[in-house]
Amino acid sequence: MRKVEAKEISEKVKDLFLEANFHIGKDVLAALEKALEAETSKVGQDALKMIIENNRLASSEELAICQDTGLAILFVELGQEICIVNGDYTEAINEGVKMAYKDGYLRKSVVDDPVFDRKNTTTNTPAFIYTDIIPGDKIKITALPKGFGSENMSALAMLTAAHGAKGVVDFIVETVRKAGPNPCPPTIVGVGIGGTADKAMVIAKKATARPIGISNANPKYAQMEQEALTRINKLGIGPAGLGGNTTSLAVHIDYLPTHIAGMPVAVNICCHAARHASGEL
Amino acid sequence: MSQEINITTPLDDATVLQLKAGDSVKITGYIYTGRDAAHKRLYELIKEGKELPISLAGQIIYYVGPAPAKPGYACGPAGPTTSYRMDPYTPAMLEQGLKGMIGKGLRSKEVVDSMKKNKAVYFAAVGGAAALISRTIKKSEVIAYPDLGAEAIHRYYVEGFPAIVCIDAYGNDLYESEPPKYRKE
Repeated sequence: MRKVEAKEISEKVKDLFLEANFHIGKDVLAALEKALEAETSKVGQDALKMIIENNRLASSEELAICQDTGLAILFVELGQEICIVNGDYTEAINEGVKMAYKDGYLRKSVVDDPVFDRKNTTTNTPAFIYTDIIPGDKIKITALPKGFGSENMSALAMLTAAHGAKGVVDFIVETVRKAGPNPCPPTIVGVGIGGTADKAMVIAKKATARPIGISNANPKYAQMEQEALTRINKLGIGPAGLGGNTTSLAVHIDYLPTHIAGMPVAVNICCHAARHASGEL
Repeated sequence: MSQEINITTPLDDATVLQLKAGDSVKITGYIYTGRDAAHKRLYELIKEGKELPISLAGQIIYYVGPAPAKPGYACGPAGPTTSYRMDPYTPAMLEQGLKGMIGKGLRSKEVVDSMKKNKAVYFAAVGGAAALISRTIKKSEVIAYPDLGAEAIHRYYVEGFPAIVCIDAYGNDLYESEPPKYRKE
């Protein structure tokens, strides 16, 4: 067994949320610059220039890229040989989120009760944590602050085998079309296929954090990603939704085994401020 | 042909009516912030016939819930939030003389109809350009509902705030007119 102090987890979580909120990934920045070269709409070019300049400014001055610093989502791979001491796992993560959102001047966007009181918890907790237990004695943490302009455009379809690949791509494209300017295009479209309704959405969200430029390892799914992206960028929505060729920077599909009777498809859209950071303890 | 126009607040009808969908504007002067929770409160006061904590006549409301300001900054990162959530409350506010709104994303038919009737304009700011936009905010003070935190109504003094006329007072809507020009499917 390897002992890990709860405090170490808190510190790591804090650092990752600060990094994610201030510094856009090099892959995202490169994709935005490539999009700017290809964009033919003047308004679209101007929007992309602002987005790129904003990313640079946020990084150099350590400011939040977007004021919606999101719900704190974490994907954790926890080695089964780890023993957490002097604190509990969930609390340690929430403590790290609290510190990041306080010390980093990040917006606290969590309300305690979704329907009635909607009172701000003032700490941006609770965090939403997905933990996989894996072999070994390491903890790998991905911090993903998720804004709600894009989250509100999520969609789930319980398709059947008869819909096939075309049915899946049609649903992805239709979801992006309906979202229009709302999710802050150019977006990254996460898609989860298979599993259950809930699991499909979780892997869709996780897929938004895959580096841009890496396709699904299965060539059939990689082809669906390419086809969906090509069709999305023909919709004309464009940067900021004001018209253009760049509606999405990438489509990332992940899949799981599923039931003989079903084919769940979940779409989870991430705005151009595709913020995530990963680290290991 | 779209133009680049400098405008100062408060807005009068003549200023509003010269703005056309597609124009780039730089806004200077005082603007107010408000989003879901503040809109709900203002709307309820209007429905009850009570006095509002701010006069909306000639004003612009920016749909934003800023991040906290770092020491030495007038305002934290402050990009637009998605506007449709304010739609149910907006016509009542336009009736009170509200002349401009800054946000991002689509508006309802009811809002556009009320904008035409009351001569008002909807500006789009680039979503996610929060740090950059906040540089044009020179002063920020809470005017009403401090209990709402980031959602409180702030008054900003802005210099050269960048936005695009998205829906003009004639009902022309950039979100409707532009994407079809680039649509290939």
